[in-house]
Amino acid sequence: MTASLLLALLVNGERRELAVPAHRTLLEVLREDLDLTGTKHGCELGECGACTVLLDGEPHLACLTLAADAEGREVRTVEGLADGSSLHPLQSAFMELGAAQCGYCTPGMLLSGAALLERNPSPTLEETKEALSGNLCRCTGYVKILDAVALAAERMREGEQ
Amino acid sequence: MSHAVVGKPLPKVDAFDKVTGRARYTDDLKLPRMLAGKILRSPRPHARIVRIDPAPALALPGVRAVLTGRDLPIRYGILPVSQDEHALALEKVCYAGEPVAAVAADDVETAERALGLIEVEYEDLPPVMSPAEALAEGAPQIHEDGKPGNVHRVAALEFGDVEAGFAAADHVREDLFYFGGNTHAAMEEHAVLASWDEARLTVWSSTQVPHYLQRALSRVLELPPSRIRVVVPTLGGGFGAKSDPFPHELVAGKLAIVTGRPVKITLSREEVFYCHRGRHPVQMRVRTGFTRDGLITAMDFDSVLDGGAFGSFGAASTLYTGALQTTTYRVPAYRFKGLRVFTNKPPCGPKRGHGTPQPRFALECHLDKVAEELGLDPVELRRRNLVEPFSKTVNHLRITSCGLAECVERVVEASGFERKHGRLPRGRGVGFAVSAYISGAGLPIYANEMPQSEVQVKVDRGGGVTVYSMATDIGQGSSSVLRTFTAEILGLEPEDVAVVTADTDLTPIDLGSYSSRVTFMAGNAAVAAAERMRDLVLGAVAEERGLQRDRLVLRGGRVFEEGEPEGGLSWQEAVEVASAARGPLVAAGGYKPPELAGPFKGSGVGPSPAYSFTAAVVELSCDPETGEIEPEEVWIAHDIGRSVNPLLVEGQIEGSVYMALGEALMEEHAFRDGVHRGPSLVDYKTLTTLEMPPVHSIIVETIDPEGPFGAKEVGQGALLPVIPAVANALADAVGVRIDEVPITPDKVMKALRELERGGPGRVGPKEIPQFEFREPVRVEPPEGPGPWTGPVRA
Repeated sequence: MTASLLLALLVNGERRELAVPAHRTLLEVLREDLDLTGTKHGCELGECGACTVLLDGEPHLACLTLAADAEGREVRTVEGLADGSSLHPLQSAFMELGAAQCGYCTPGMLLSGAALLERNPSPTLEETKEALSGNLCRCTGYVKILDAVALAAERMREGEQ
Repeated sequence: MSHAVVGKPLPKVDAFDKVTGRARYTDDLKLPRMLAGKILRSPRPHARIVRIDPAPALALPGVRAVLTGRDLPIRYGILPVSQDEHALALEKVCYAGEPVAAVAADDVETAERALGLIEVEYEDLPPVMSPAEALAEGAPQIHEDGKPGNVHRVAALEFGDVEAGFAAADHVREDLFYFGGNTHAAMEEHAVLASWDEARLTVWSSTQVPHYLQRALSRVLELPPSRIRVVVPTLGGGFGAKSDPFPHELVAGKLAIVTGRPVKITLSREEVFYCHRGRHPVQMRVRTGFTRDGLITAMDFDSVLDGGAFGSFGAASTLYTGALQTTTYRVPAYRFKGLRVFTNKPPCGPKRGHGTPQPRFALECHLDKVAEELGLDPVELRRRNLVEPFSKTVNHLRITSCGLAECVERVVEASGFERKHGRLPRGRGVGFAVSAYISGAGLPIYANEMPQSEVQVKVDRGGGVTVYSMATDIGQGSSSVLRTFTAEILGLEPEDVAVVTADTDLTPIDLGSYSSRVTFMAGNAAVAAAERMRDLVLGAVAEERGLQRDRLVLRGGRVFEEGEPEGGLSWQEAVEVASAARGPLVAAGGYKPPELAGPFKGSGVGPSPAYSFTAAVVELSCDPETGEIEPEEVWIAHDIGRSVNPLLVEGQIEGSVYMALGEALMEEHAFRDGVHRGPSLVDYKTLTTLEMPPVHSIIVETIDPEGPFGAKEVGQGALLPVIPAVANALADAVGVRIDEVPITPDKVMKALRELERGGPGRVGPKEIPQFEFREPVRVEPPEGPGPWTGPVRA
C-alpha cells in the first residue's frame, strides 16, 4: 500500500488535518476527504477548468495539484466564496443574469472570475475572456458568464467608492 | 393580459445552490459502506471474445464482485425496435470502448487494479469504419442476426407526385453534402449510484430519462418496475448524451444486488466519449425543382447515416433526417429515402436537434446555391417559399403558430444582411439560413395511450405549494418553468412554490428531457394541475363565504372578487377554508398530444403539437492566406410561442449558437485505425471564451394556441440554422463552398487553391454510397391546400 502523508491544509480559512497517500490530488482530497464537493471534475487531466480553485488567490487546477503541494498555502473553493450568508458579487451576478445553466462549470468559472477581479477590478472584455479561457462551458456560450463578470466588477467598484 | 411571473427574467430555482457549490450532482453523493465500481472496456473495434476470466481480479484483496457479459445476458435498447445492446459484451465486441467486464471494490484504486487482472482473449475481426465499407460486397457482418450489408434501417417515402413536380420545374439542381459526427461533451461525466435493500433497488443517475432507465433496469435485472426507484440528482448537462440507458447504470444496479452494498460508478472523460450517442455522420443528396420565379415544385432528399455499433435512437434519427425539410418551405411534392448502417464505432444517437441539423445544413446551403443560379437574393428565395401558419405540409405535419416570416424580417433587418451580402470586402461575409424544430415528439417512444406528462400539485396547510413532476432539469430550467406556471396561476410568488422532480417514487410520469418536449408537455400538465387546484380552492371559498365564483381571482397571495382587492381573504385563509370544506388539497393534470400521425408507416417521426421557427445571420471573417475562420457576430430570431423567462430563453439561444458554431468549425468525433482519434477535451476542440462571438437574440412570440401560456420549444431549434449560415457566410467571404462540416482551415485552403486554378472552389462529397432502395411508399398529400382549421386547445 501507498505510504500516507500527514497534511495540514488551510481551506476556506479552516485548518484541516488529514492523512492521505502521497499521490492524492487536491481535487480528491477536497471532494472525498473534506466533502467539499462544490469543486467539480470534468476530465481529470487539466483540460476543462471545472476543478479550478484558488491557491493564495491564484487559480489552479485541483486535478493537477498534489494535495501535499497545497500545504502552507491558502486554499479557496466555491464553498468559501461567500462571506457567511452574504454572497460574493460574482455569485449574485451569476444568479441574476442566468450565467449558470447546468451549473457544473460554475464553481470553476466563479473562482477564475474572482481571481481576475481581485487583481484587476476593471477588466476589459478581452481581459475577462482571456482569464476565463481555460474554463469550458457547454451550456451558455459564455455570453451571460461574461456579462455577469462585468456586472460584478461594476458593483464591486461602486462598493469600494 | 399581463402576467405577474410568466415572462419575467427571474433567477432559476436552483441558481443559489449552483453558485454556492451546494448543488449535489450524482458523483457528489456518498453512502455508508459504498463501493467503487469500474468498467473494463474493449481496446478492439471488432473482435470475438474467445475467453474471459475474472478469477485473478476476484482474488485481489478488496475486490467484492466481478461481472462479465454472462451475468447480464438480457438485451435492451432505448427503442422497442432496437433491443440490441448488452450491458457487458457477451460474445463479441463491436466498438473500441465497449464494456466487457465490471468490478466493485473497496475503493477506486483497487477497482482499477482489478480491471487490469481480468483476462480477456480476443480474436480480431476486420473493423468496418464507414457506411461505404459496411455496404461493400463481402463486408464483415457486425450483427450476425441483422440485415445483410450491415443495414440497420431503411425508409423510402413519397408524398405527392414528385416526378410531375420535377417535370413542371424550370430549374432543377442537385447537391451532395456531408455532415461529420460530433458529440455532446456535457461537462458532467456520467455517474450512477445504486443501492439495494433486499426488496428494492434505488438508482441515482445522471440521466435525462428516469422513466426509460427504470424500464431498462427492470428488463435487464428482471425486477418489476415497482421495485426500482430512479432518482436524478442535479444534472450537469445533457444535450441528448444522457437519454439512453447505459451499461454503467445496469452494471451498478447488478453490482449493488450482488454485493449488498451501495456501488458508485463515475465515468472518466474518455469513457464519456465511448458512450457517445452523438450526432450521426450523414451523407446527403438533395435535388430540388424550381419555377423561374423561385417557387419549389418538388424535392428529393436522400440520406445515409453512419449509425455506429448499435441501434440507440437510430430508427427515429433516420426518419428525422427526412421529416422537417417541409416545415419551413412549401414543398408540393417530396420524396425521402433514408438508410442507417452499422459500423464499428460508438453508437450514434440524439444530440441537440436530433437528426435534423444535418439535412438542415444541406438544404440551406443548397438553397443559397439555387438562389445564385436563379439570380435571386437568398433571403428573397426563402420568402417566396415560406410555410403559412395553421397549414399542413405535404408529409402530413400539422403546423400551428408560425412566426418564421417575422423571424426572417427581424434578423435581416437587425444584421443589415441585405446591405452586407455580396458587398463586404474580401475575407468578410454574411450568411443566412432558417429552420424549424419540434416541441416534443407527437408520439411516445413505446406505443401507449397514456399521458406523456403528469403533474401533481399539493397545497400545504401553511399555504405552501409543492409541484411534483418527473421532468428532469438538465440545466435548461424545466423546474423553473413548472414553478413559473404554477405561481402564475395560483397568484403566488415563485418562492412560495417548491418543485420536486425526477424521482420515480415521488413524482408522476414525465417521459424525459428529450425532443424539446418539457416546456410544452410537462408545462401543459402543470397548467392543468394548477388550474384544478385554483378551481378547487376558489370553488370552496365562493361557497363558504358567499362570494361570486366567476368573479373570484387569485392574485398577489390573495383571493378576492375582481375589482375589489380590499375585500376577500389571504391565500393562507383560503387554503384553510378549502381544506376544511373539501379535504385534502391535491390536484393532478396530464398532457397527451392530439392525434397527429399521418396515414403511413414512419409517420410517428416528425409530428409535434407545435414547431419553433428560427432565422439566423452569421457574419464571419476568413483569412485567405491560412483558411482560418473567425465568427464575428451572430443575429438570431427564434419564434418560441411565448417567452416564459427571457433569461432562460436567451441562455438557450446563446448556448445553441455556441454549440452550432463548434459543430460548424471544429467539433469532430473522428476515428483512426478503428479507435477514437482523441477521446479527450484537448483533442476534441470546442469554442472557448476567446472564439465565441457576440450573439444578438431576438425573441419572437406567436402565442401558440395549444402551448402552455402559448409557449413552444426553445433549446434545440436555435442550433439548426447557424451551421449552414456559417457555410453560406464563408461563400460570401471568399467565394468557396465547403459542403461538409466541420469547415476546417485545411478544407478552406484546398477549395481556395482549386478556385485559383479555375475550378469550382468546392470541398465536399462527390458521391454518396449506392444503395438499392425499395420502391418508395406513395402517400397522398393531406386533402385541401389548407389553411388548417382543426380543433385547437381541448
